[in-house]
Amino acid sequence: MNVLVSNLSWPLLSVLIFLPLAGALLLFLLRSDRAARVGALLVTLVNAALSLQLYTGFNAATAQYQFAEDLAWVPALNIRYTLGVDGISLLLVLLTTLLMPLCVLCSWRAIGVRVKEFFACILLMEAAMLGVFVALDFVLFYIFWEAMLIPMFLLIGVWGGPRKVYASVKFFLYTLAGSVLLPVAILALYLHSTPHTFSIPALMGQPYAATLQGWLFLAFFVAFAVKVPMFPFHTWLPAAHVEAPTAGSVLLASVLLKMGAYGFLRFCLPMTPLGVVAFAPYVLALSVAGILYGGLTALAQSDMKRLVAYSSVAHMGFVTLGIFVLNTSGLEGALLQMINHGVTTGALFLCVGIIYERTHSRELSAATGIGRMMPVYVTALAIFGLSSFAFPGTNNFVGEFLVLVGTFAFSTKLAFLTIPGVVLSAAYMLRMLQRMIWGGTQNPDSSHLLDLNWREIVTLAPLLLLVLWIGLMPGPFMKMFHVSVSHLLQQFHAGLHP
Amino acid sequence: MNLILFAPESLLLAGCLVVFIVSLGTGRARLAALVTLCTALAGLAACAATLVCRGDLFFHAYRVDLFSQLFKLFIMLGLVAVTVFGRRLKDIRADAHPEYFLFLLLGTLGLLFLVSSIELITLFVALELSSYPLYLLVPLRQEQPGLRAQMEAAAKYVMFGIVSTGVFLFGMSYLFGLSGSTYFRDLGPALAQHWSDPAAVVGMTLVLAGLFFKLAAFPMQLWAPDVYQSASNETTAFIAAVPKLGAVAVLIRFLLFATPADHVLTTALVIVSVCSMFFGNLAALVQQDVKRMLAYSSIAHAGYVLVGLVTLRAAGYAAAMFYIFSFVAMSLLAFLALCQVSRDGENVTAEDLSGLHKRSPLAALLLGAGMFALAGIPPFAGFMGKFMLLAEALRGGFVVLVVLAALNTALGVYYYLNIVRVMYLSEPGDRPAVRLDPLSATLGVVLLALVLVMGVIPARLLDNALASVHAAVIWK
Repeated sequence: MNVLVSNLSWPLLSVLIFLPLAGALLLFLLRSDRAARVGALLVTLVNAALSLQLYTGFNAATAQYQFAEDLAWVPALNIRYTLGVDGISLLLVLLTTLLMPLCVLCSWRAIGVRVKEFFACILLMEAAMLGVFVALDFVLFYIFWEAMLIPMFLLIGVWGGPRKVYASVKFFLYTLAGSVLLPVAILALYLHSTPHTFSIPALMGQPYAATLQGWLFLAFFVAFAVKVPMFPFHTWLPAAHVEAPTAGSVLLASVLLKMGAYGFLRFCLPMTPLGVVAFAPYVLALSVAGILYGGLTALAQSDMKRLVAYSSVAHMGFVTLGIFVLNTSGLEGALLQMINHGVTTGALFLCVGIIYERTHSRELSAATGIGRMMPVYVTALAIFGLSSFAFPGTNNFVGEFLVLVGTFAFSTKLAFLTIPGVVLSAAYMLRMLQRMIWGGTQNPDSSHLLDLNWREIVTLAPLLLLVLWIGLMPGPFMKMFHVSVSHLLQQFHAGLHP
Repeated sequence: MNLILFAPESLLLAGCLVVFIVSLGTGRARLAALVTLCTALAGLAACAATLVCRGDLFFHAYRVDLFSQLFKLFIMLGLVAVTVFGRRLKDIRADAHPEYFLFLLLGTLGLLFLVSSIELITLFVALELSSYPLYLLVPLRQEQPGLRAQMEAAAKYVMFGIVSTGVFLFGMSYLFGLSGSTYFRDLGPALAQHWSDPAAVVGMTLVLAGLFFKLAAFPMQLWAPDVYQSASNETTAFIAAVPKLGAVAVLIRFLLFATPADHVLTTALVIVSVCSMFFGNLAALVQQDVKRMLAYSSIAHAGYVLVGLVTLRAAGYAAAMFYIFSFVAMSLLAFLALCQVSRDGENVTAEDLSGLHKRSPLAALLLGAGMFALAGIPPFAGFMGKFMLLAEALRGGFVVLVVLAALNTALGVYYYLNIVRVMYLSEPGDRPAVRLDPLSATLGVVLLALVLVMGVIPARLLDNALASVHAAVIWK
């Protein structure tokens, strides 16, 4: 079976990557800040519209890589320029292209200095993030994976909050140090494959020796665990989230964190199945620790951004839990939960950003009782909050439920251990909602707060729609990755018993 | 004899003579700069034109092939870059400007000879010609009151240089003793039979040690920090990049005698490589002076180059060539920005770069790209070069070396990122704006494009490097 198929006569995926790249360069030719904003919005909207073609043209009945492109790049080492999407990456690509216009919109007024550079960085991020999800050559993947650090570093460092320097340097060094051994692992895969190749589909299911798989898994694990981030590799995350501008937080939470989990799914499971089986108990333990730790820490936060940041640690714990229980419900739940977390947490960061723009404070105490002044806002916030703790009818409920089903099938004891995490997430979210909506106003300035304007409503509306859509009717979304996930599991089990 | 083959050298020689005549008068600094720039550009064009030429000159002592011409191309690129962004010679006595350019041209001429020499005596003369003018460039910097740092550095440079030349010569005598010839085409087969002989190993090791001085690799790196810091900025820009090309070329020419089974040589190279990387990166972590930091980082980069050479295979040498070429481009990019930031040619500390992105967005962009490239972050050339080196070393079975090199990348990122942090994340305060002159700005953009292109489409240069290594084997 040919693993690569191209559904279109033109290179859609390359266009998706290079359009923002070209846009980033062209922004520098524009004179005014306003033109830069409009230009960035246009580029991201065009990209989002183009990416809909992926959804309509995608054949969900096959696990092949679709919309594929394949060109020779460095023949001496057999490095190729190969792109393609399958069920696992499709929704992540769509999530990215959908979020980018929202990131531009939420930065419309919030970014007042060096506007052109800011939107250029945002567009560079889009190119690199899409590249990570669609690259099917390991070297190409690694280039996008690392190149992304530069614009993100600048986004946090230049436009961030008071402790931006500390946060950006920590983010850069932590994530880079995590992935230093990734190229070595990639090269080891290359040298142990016959014929030597960097092609990701070709590297799956090669009969690597068990010890080699163990080492490879460890090298992968460190890189991806830092990115997810899994407890105890998460310490860069609260700092980076809190200091980043709203758009940066959204990108970090919604897309960057997914790359680690994507790495586990794309590389670890099919390439190093023996390593996965050997280390899965430890990874599961860390996942549960992350769920409980993230929940408990979030409960103690007075800063809203920190609260959402720690809730991310807990949510991503559910994702890794779902991946490493290694059954269909777990994997599908994890994949859906990756999308859900992107939608919900991205939206929560947008909400915190909206308050911050008005009160210039992220303290929960400064935002108590705003429900009276901003009814539309708190309605949206309440729905995202409910979704965040997996209230039935919202998107997270479906994902978390599937993960728990998978966990129960794997081990009842483990599943019981995660239950407090579910309760904790309700506790910290409800605490925040209660104080913001019904809390007494101590701050006299709050009475001047304006409710959402049209731009903000437009920013939040698509995410609101997705929360309810995935929550009430997850079928159309899950259909996209059903075949790819079962193919992945097949590959995984085939690798276990060669 | 085909004169076309000797065109770059002839042009440079003619340029040297003209600058010499210019230097006889007074107040001709600008004229000397102009002549040098024209010579450098003509030389670069000649190198590009003779890239595909082949042939032996001077009774088989001098060889023009793809290997030598590729190196010459980058040597001339280095000369052009330094003469463009350093043409003001901000911190050199005005009456010494013509002499400065004369020495610069002579040093470059020596390097051109060096990469083409395939006979030991010729090689030695070329090595001396490429070294002595550089010894003279260092003390030409203007004296600061009460501080004669440039003199101290020059003395160190000369002393270490002469000692290592002696070591090199001593090693050569062993090679001659074993083979009875000074020609490379006789040395190759003769040494192939004598590899079990300790004399061959000793001779080869001594020769390599002499070359490590030029490459600033451990343990011959002691001169580098002081010379980098105390020489004027342009001088450092040249010394940091260009002579290393000559060193790598000659290293490869000598290592071509060896085969992958030569364990002693491999062990020695691995140790030198690991020590260079760790020493350079760890010492660079604590530097405040940017030039001194770059000196230590260049020691680490010498270690990375050796990661390719330890394989003793053609593909490894090609990767090392690619890496040193990209190192030259990245290093020139960084120094171009540094020379522009430095107002009167004084040294630049990390603090002086505060808020550079507001004082000169272009300078900050160039220096930032240079730093990320040197750190080995994609999509710049530094990443692709390092990746090739790791690939070849891992193919050769040097797993531990590869892991150590990868860990060193993380060490290096810290101090490179520090420069970017200062430029982009701190406020300029009352530091003055920086103006890039149009010529330097253009050159900067060209170098940035080169660093990007080498990182994104490396195939052509890599293939050529590999073909050139095969072409450089002359005795089979």
